Amino acid sequence: MGEFDFQVIVKNLPLLWDGLLLSLKLFFIALVGGIFFGTLLAMGRLSSYKILSYPAAGFVNLIRSIPFIMAIFWFYFLTPELVKLVTGKQGEAVGPFTSAVVAFIMVEAAYYSEIIRAGIQSVPRGQPWAAYALGMNYWQAMGQVVLPQAFRNMIPIMLTQAIILFQDTSLVYVVGLKDFLGAASKGGQISGRIVELYVFVALCFLVICFSASKLTNWLKTRMDPAAR
Amino acid sequence: MLEWKIFLEQAPSGGMTYLGWLGSGVMWTLLVSICAWVIAFTLGSVLGVLRTVPNKWASLPATIYVEIFRNIPLLVQMFLWYFVMPEVVPAAMGDWLKQTYPTLIELPFAQFSLWEFTAAVMCLGLYTASRVAEQVRAGIQSLPRGQTNAGLAMGFTLTQVYKHVLLPMAFRLIVPPMTSEFLTIFKNSSTALVIGVMELTAQARQINEYTFKTFEAFSAATLIYIAITLTVIFFMRWLEKKVAVPGYVSQGGH
Repeated sequence: MGEFDFQVIVKNLPLLWDGLLLSLKLFFIALVGGIFFGTLLAMGRLSSYKILSYPAAGFVNLIRSIPFIMAIFWFYFLTPELVKLVTGKQGEAVGPFTSAVVAFIMVEAAYYSEIIRAGIQSVPRGQPWAAYALGMNYWQAMGQVVLPQAFRNMIPIMLTQAIILFQDTSLVYVVGLKDFLGAASKGGQISGRIVELYVFVALCFLVICFSASKLTNWLKTRMDPAAR
Repeated sequence: MLEWKIFLEQAPSGGMTYLGWLGSGVMWTLLVSICAWVIAFTLGSVLGVLRTVPNKWASLPATIYVEIFRNIPLLVQMFLWYFVMPEVVPAAMGDWLKQTYPTLIELPFAQFSLWEFTAAVMCLGLYTASRVAEQVRAGIQSLPRGQTNAGLAMGFTLTQVYKHVLLPMAFRLIVPPMTSEFLTIFKNSSTALVIGVMELTAQARQINEYTFKTFEAFSAATLIYIAITLTVIFFMRWLEKKVAVPGYVSQGGH
């Protein structure tokens, strides 16, 4: 293959930058959406109404027992169908990015709901009871008493999951989106030199994810009351 | 309309029905997962033990390995092994990998060569080893310090402490997280489709492309994944009970 050609990376920087931006956009939307729906799923699973807890548990277990790529294919196929069903418009085109976003939000919601469920269960039962005794309703007790404490306990593990999510965004490659990895692949095909671009992408991920995990560890020791 | 009988129709290649395609997908998913698991478990155990050894020259390389392999996305690692590795090794070896090696064994029911299979197994195995190492380390570190000290006080060498005291306990304690790791490798084996390994997810996608029966193809693959996951969980529950340490509360796990 000859020498390692840095020029290839420099030449493809604009393409790679666009790819990285798409990855980051997908990451943030999936993170916020995943935590939001994950919280609802966790509350559903812990509900005493079977009509809520059974479907929530079923969805979470289903998503967790199939490969992420399989889930992406499912939502990629279902999203346009569902949009058609809701809006009634035939042939309404849903972009590949929208389908990918829906897939990532749903899968992450399932993963996050397990973390959030454990977080909610880590709050002593006396807390919601006390809230109810003070006359709060379910949403007040959850929103003002249980969840704030639960989220505080969960922050380190949620950040760890966020790092995994950032790595998982590279899976959109399978539906042909030009994320960071997809951009490198594209640039590699055009310039005929894939080695430099793949190595560059790997190093970028390594630096980003390693720093993020070190930061998480630091935060974990800082937040741990026993370590203070 | 759902048409499940599509699976009984003759597929365009391989001399079998679409059901046969699914079957070969299952076979390759299991083969990739199990071969990769052998690498992951062996290497992961060694690395995990090394990380707990009170010697910086032993633990540092293991720590570096774990940090590198778990901070690069699996898909990127798949490309590194498949595309990049043959280019950066000496030219003669690279050529041999790309030209001679794939023809060494003709794989049955496959539309890919031995090289794709090997790259996928190597990638998944080495990646998962970093995760297994963390579980093994956590298992060893969960044991009370007194066990090591008692062993040393009895005149055991450090190797004997590991062999007779720490590892027999640790490996029994980490059965539940090991179950999760195996299920993870089993699900992650689907990433091998990006380098052309026709495992279950790839077959489902291919059936969809040929028949446009998306729902049927994906449902079938999903049900198979669930069935295998449940089988593994039931087997591991049984194993967990069999090897449970009396007096230790089970950790739960998957």
